[in-house]
Parts: sequence; structure tokens; C-alpha cells
Amino acid sequence: MAAAATCGTGAGSTGSMVAAGGKNNVTSFQRRGPRASGSDSSYSRLVSIAGTRPSVRNGQLLVSTGLPALDQLLGGGLAVGTVLLIEEDKYNIYSSLLFKYFLAEGIINGHTLLVASAKEDPADILQELPAPLLDDNVKKDFDEDACNHKTAESNIKMKIAWRYQLLPKMEAGPVSSSRFGHYYDASKKMPQELIEASKWHGFFSPEKSSSTLNIEPCSLTHGYIKLLQFIQNIIYEEGFDGSNPQKKQKNILRIGIQNLGSPLWGDDICCTENGNSHSLTKFLYVLRGLLRTSLSACMITMPTHLIQNKAIISRVTNLSDTVVGLESFIGSERETNPLYKDYHGLIHIRQIPRLNNLIYDVSDVKDLAFKLKKKLFTIEKRVE
Amino acid sequence: MFPELNNLLNTTPDRAEQGKLTLLCDANTDGSFLVHHFLSFYLKANCKVCFVALIQSFSHYNIVGQKLGVSLTVARECGQLVFLEGLKSSVDVFFRAQAEPHPLQFLREANAENLQPLYEFVREALKPVDDGEAAWRCPVLLVDDLSVLLSLGMGAVAVLDFIHYCRATVCWERKGNIVALVHDSGDTEDEENNILLNGLSHQSHLILRAEGLPTGFCRDVHGQLRILWRTPSQPTTQRDRSLTYQYKIQDRSVSFFAKGMSPAVL
Repeated sequence: MAAAATCGTGAGSTGSMVAAGGKNNVTSFQRRGPRASGSDSSYSRLVSIAGTRPSVRNGQLLVSTGLPALDQLLGGGLAVGTVLLIEEDKYNIYSSLLFKYFLAEGIINGHTLLVASAKEDPADILQELPAPLLDDNVKKDFDEDACNHKTAESNIKMKIAWRYQLLPKMEAGPVSSSRFGHYYDASKKMPQELIEASKWHGFFSPEKSSSTLNIEPCSLTHGYIKLLQFIQNIIYEEGFDGSNPQKKQKNILRIGIQNLGSPLWGDDICCTENGNSHSLTKFLYVLRGLLRTSLSACMITMPTHLIQNKAIISRVTNLSDTVVGLESFIGSERETNPLYKDYHGLIHIRQIPRLNNLIYDVSDVKDLAFKLKKKLFTIEKRVE
Repeated sequence: MFPELNNLLNTTPDRAEQGKLTLLCDANTDGSFLVHHFLSFYLKANCKVCFVALIQSFSHYNIVGQKLGVSLTVARECGQLVFLEGLKSSVDVFFRAQAEPHPLQFLREANAENLQPLYEFVREALKPVDDGEAAWRCPVLLVDDLSVLLSLGMGAVAVLDFIHYCRATVCWERKGNIVALVHDSGDTEDEENNILLNGLSHQSHLILRAEGLPTGFCRDVHGQLRILWRTPSQPTTQRDRSLTYQYKIQDRSVSFFAKGMSPAVL
């Protein structure tokens, strides 16, 4: 496609091109490749953002979900400006792991994080992120380097040896990584200095209950209104919506919302069938509006197996862009089934968006299972 | 617009009918390609189009429209297209109190009774130009999609009332057309959606229903399209005509073929 050709970035190079918005607001859905479109002269400023790449199919800007196998199933990654909905598995084990991979990927790429939860303090969530997996040979040399003094020369040495770029530097600074999508070691924690070097905002629902509201009572629950205001505030103040053209370095905002729809947010759709049926869907709609007009991507985990009113699940699916369902075998009769003995659960790709296109990337394989080995979370076609 | 679909529907942009309500419906699949078809069809037919786009952004429709041969930016600038971008406006409405009534006013209200502000917006957008020269052929209202209004707190009856008012103004008074997309939720018991779908099916002149294949996913056949011509105002002395085709969506067009006659199979 013309867009990919004019971008011309190879597989290993940094980031991608995104056309900065001119008169209009920045939307991540603007066509890349100014020479291809040729209509708007304000497309001429091209900015590359770490941790992103253009989609091969339609030039859409993509970020990694933190799991390269999932990126491949979703057509290359998660499109900036869209919502990825993860339907939680029954005990929220694997979905919270995917959530952490998403946030860890943001830290490695230097993206700004916005973590929202009603159950755990975001600071605690960040402490438990998995460590990035390093190449073993490279790690040995890195240890040797650590003995020497960190001076400007060692910086230059790292620049020449491009392979080392994916290692975190010892001094506090964002890790510049040229790879798209990293592997994480679930048994180790992310180094403290990386977490401290990253920029993040936390929203812990019980803490914010005393803030004043300047919105008339609409059918949204309290928790959702506060979260929307918080997100909109961050987007506006840090210029993710292009409202501050003076900001020299554009960045992506990764929003992670955990257990949305659970009773801890004040929503009762998981408790009763006739609950407030519009609160969650309205929230998703306004959230999507915020995302489409800013450089951000959002991952939401939702306990859909608890929602009593099935109509809400189909509405929520229609309001999200990408929907992935996790089904773990723990506690079910499949755990002892010899067919599934190698796997921990099934993964269902329920919906993939058609963005700027009539067609979309859909993998032929529909029967997918995942397993969590000692370090890696792998997704593969289920073999009999 | 897809030339093969024009052939199936027996229309061309020059001979577009007037005063019709077309219902687009999708079940277990994505029917948005039909919306793109009708949008480019009516723009090419030189009609004035009011597009209430609640589900995707303007640039999405614009980029697909360019593949189909229409430019939405040009149409918007010269006044042929009035575009209500739901996602962007919802952010404005929700976070800032508006001075004048906004078409998406119901987002701020706890119990919005009806969609009157939205109807006023449509009526204003498709007002006939008074300077004597008939610039555009007929007004067209395109809605993508109506099921989202249910998710945003409106009842099925309120949405049906809105369509009724729009029909009275656009179809009957100004001899224009309405095209609306509604999702069919299938076996999930979404009663409000079923009420809306049934109510609209009875009022429509033409129903296009895109269904996923009952046997599941197939790479060469993406789904099945059922076309139903109806005459809602007259008693059914003649049977409604119905046709079924299977289709495959490609990058710039959609190809249709009779059931079982996919080129991949033959």
C-alpha cells in the first residue's frame, strides 16, 4: 500500500511516522504518507514516537500489547485511539497478567501510563510488573559494564552496538528500545529504577470519593464520572490531544482500567439483572470519544462472566474496538481433560475492528490456547 | 458504492428513488460496508446528505470513501454533506455545559425523554435552500447506528419516535430518503433492540440484512445478504420480494454471488 511504501521503515528501526494534525485536532486515524494523500499541506511535519509502528495494512499507528503473540493475532498490535477489551477469566489470574504486560510494555517504551483500579492501589500494581526478558549473552556483557564507571564513553559505546539498546541503562532515564513488543519474565519483578523513571498517573477509586463534581447527575455511576474526568484532565493537561502544539516530543498515553463493571466501581450490573444498564455503556462511549481524539490506547479488563444481563455484554462488545476473551481451565472439568493437558486456557478473539478499511486482518486460526510457562506466556493453535 | 450491489438493487445514482426508508441490519457480522455503500451512492447521486455518525470518526469514513470514489472533505466543504461526528461531540457535550441545545444533549441528562434536539439538528441540516436554484437532488438522512442510542440511555420507543419524526419531515415532506443501521442482537435477549428492529422492519421499504454464515468463519465467503423489498403502506396484496446472496468483501469493493457459487468453490 502506498502508505507503507512512503513510510519505508524497515523492521528493526525505531517507531513510525505519524502525521501531526494541522488545523484539526490530532486524531491517530490520520492517514500516514503525506505524499500519498497530497491534499493537506499540514501533513508535512512527521514525528516518530517510540514504541509504535504503522500497520502494514492501512498505515494505522499501532502499539504493542506487551505480548508479541497477541499482537500478531490482532493484526500487528493495538491501534492508537482504540479500546482493547479483555473478558476476564473466572479467577482473574491471566487477565491481570495481560494487564501487567500492557503496563510493562508502556514503561519499557517510555509511554505515559494511566492506571485505574478500584481494587488495588495503582502504585502496588506497578510494583508487581514483570521484568523484561534480556538476551543472556548480552546480559553477561552488561554485568561487566556495570563494574566500570558509568561515563559518557559508555553511552557512546552503547550507541554503536545497537543490539544493546534494549537493555535498561543504569542511570535513571527512559529505556529507549528499538524493538516493537518485548518478552517479559513473569517470575521476576521490573527493576525499581525503571518504574521510578517512568511517568504514570494512578486513579484509585476509593481515594477519589471526596472530589467535587461539576457534572449534573446523569445515569453514570459516581466512579465512572470521576474516572472520565480524570482521564480527560490528563489528556488535556499533558497535550495528548494535540491542544499544545509547542510540546516537542509526542508520546502515547497508555490507559489501563482494571475490573471495569465490578461492584467496586459502584456499578451493580454484576449483582442484579435489572441494574443500571446504561452506566457502563455510556462510559465506554465517552471513553472511546476521548481516545479517538488523542494519542492514547486503552486496555480494559472486565468480568463479563459476572454480568447478569446478557444484553449488556453484546452492547459492550459493539462499543469496544477489539475484544479478546480468556477462558482458563482452572477449576473446570477441562483441567483434567487429556486434550487440554498442555494448556492453561483458551483465548478467543471475539472482535477485531475494521479501521479506515472495509477489510481487516483476521487470522485463519480460531482455535487458540495459551499456556504460561515458567517465564513466557505463549499463545498457540491448539493441537490435538 | 459497489456496482454489483447497485445491480442487485436495480438502482443507479441517476435513478435513485425518493421517499424511501431503507433499513440496514447485521447479525453476527459487521454490516458497516452497507453504510459506506449508501454514503458514497447518495453523494454520487448529487443528494444532500445528513450523516449522523455515532460509531466511528470522520476520518474513518473519509478514508473508506476515497477508496469508493467520493471525498467527504470536499462534500462537507461545499455543503453537500452535513456530518455529525458522535464520538467527538460527545466529549464536548459531556465535559462542558453547552449554551445552546446540542443534538447529543441526552448524554448529560439522567432521564432523557426523547431525541428532540437530534431531530431539530436533522431538520435544520436538511432544510431546503431558499435561493431558488435546486442545488441538490433530494435530502438523505443516514444514521450509523441506531443501536448505539439504546446503549446511551434512550428507550426503544424514543428512538422509534425520532425515526417517525424524521420520516415525516425527510421522506414525506421533502421527498427524501432515510437509511439507518440497526444491529440484530440475535439470541442475546436484548428486548429493547428487538422492539426497535421489529418496529423499523414494519416501516421500511427496503431491508438489507447482512448475516454471518451459520457454519462459522470462512475466508472466501464473508457472509450472506438478504434483500427484502416491502410496500408498507399498502396492504400486502402482492408478496414481498426477497433475494439472498453471499458476499465477499475486498479492499475496494464487495463481490456478490449466488449461494454456493463462490469463485473459490467453483
